[in-house]
Amino acid sequence: MGPSTQKSAQRSALWRGAVAALPFIIVLVPFALLFGVAATEAGLPISQVMGFTVLVIAGASQFAALQFMIENAPVLVVLASALAVNLRMAMYSAAITPYLGDQPLWKRALLSYILVDQTYNLAVLEYEARPEQSMAERTAFFVGCALSIVPLWFLFTWVGAALGGTIPPQYPLDFALPIAFLAMVAPALRTLAHVAAAVTSVVLALMLGFVPLNMGLLIAALVAMMIGAEVERRMA
Amino acid sequence: MTYSDATIWWIIVALGIGTFLIRFSFLGLIGSRPMPPWVLRHLRYTSVAILPGLVAPLVIFPQVTDGQLDPPRLLAAAVTVGVGYWTKGVVRAMVCGAITLFVMLYILG
Repeated sequence: MGPSTQKSAQRSALWRGAVAALPFIIVLVPFALLFGVAATEAGLPISQVMGFTVLVIAGASQFAALQFMIENAPVLVVLASALAVNLRMAMYSAAITPYLGDQPLWKRALLSYILVDQTYNLAVLEYEARPEQSMAERTAFFVGCALSIVPLWFLFTWVGAALGGTIPPQYPLDFALPIAFLAMVAPALRTLAHVAAAVTSVVLALMLGFVPLNMGLLIAALVAMMIGAEVERRMA
Repeated sequence: MTYSDATIWWIIVALGIGTFLIRFSFLGLIGSRPMPPWVLRHLRYTSVAILPGLVAPLVIFPQVTDGQLDPPRLLAAAVTVGVGYWTKGVVRAMVCGAITLFVMLYILG
């Protein structure tokens, strides 16, 4: 591929990524609003609410941290439980390395910053569907996904913090996260191995709810990955 | 909340750095070195192993109802999964799930 065709392939991958991520705006906006509102109601000034959103960009763990802070938990407990919620991202990091790993460290660092549930899940679907793409195209797709959602995540957290408690409580904002995640997972249930992993994950996560610091979820996920891999090996 | 301003900033910065390091872990350290096939086989199931477990408690024990089973939320989750599974459309699944939730809450509310 010549330099100009390579450039245009990157541009088209960037666009594809940006468009693929658009649907997530529907759930990301209420989720960001909700964090802004909840953090403000808990007593954080806008600067700290935005500090959370920009430095951490991981909604579920921000809510976890906030919940423990409202309960005045020891700082180490706040950090440990919120980071445990994010440990799944180590698995994302490992899973995406074969696709994005072969480039300079600074690029990998920037990509790490925007490695979130949506970008990871969309990118893996794309990479599996188009295995012939170059590293530059895969990176462009990933950045495109992030461009559609990350700025809005910042903006609507700020809007939520500015609105404070003026959003009527009857809006079911709490369910934005489940709907978003379920909508991402369902199309990925392509084989018996995927279904087996998902069912294992649900059953174990519900059974291990008593395990402190969200470690039950991580145990459930590890076992589910092993079940998925094992079913795949036996079906092959 | 009784933390000082400085403590809250320390929590935010530590959480930011920690989360970045988690995301950077493999991508940063492994880079282009090949991983063994058995590792890759496990990693293929990352999403389907985590997201369902993350969501299941929120679906079955919603906080807004103090953990009581909530028919609108349960049905909305089922519709989202069903539509996503059969049509393979992420958007369609989200929109149908959200509409189900609003309609059910309106009818039962």
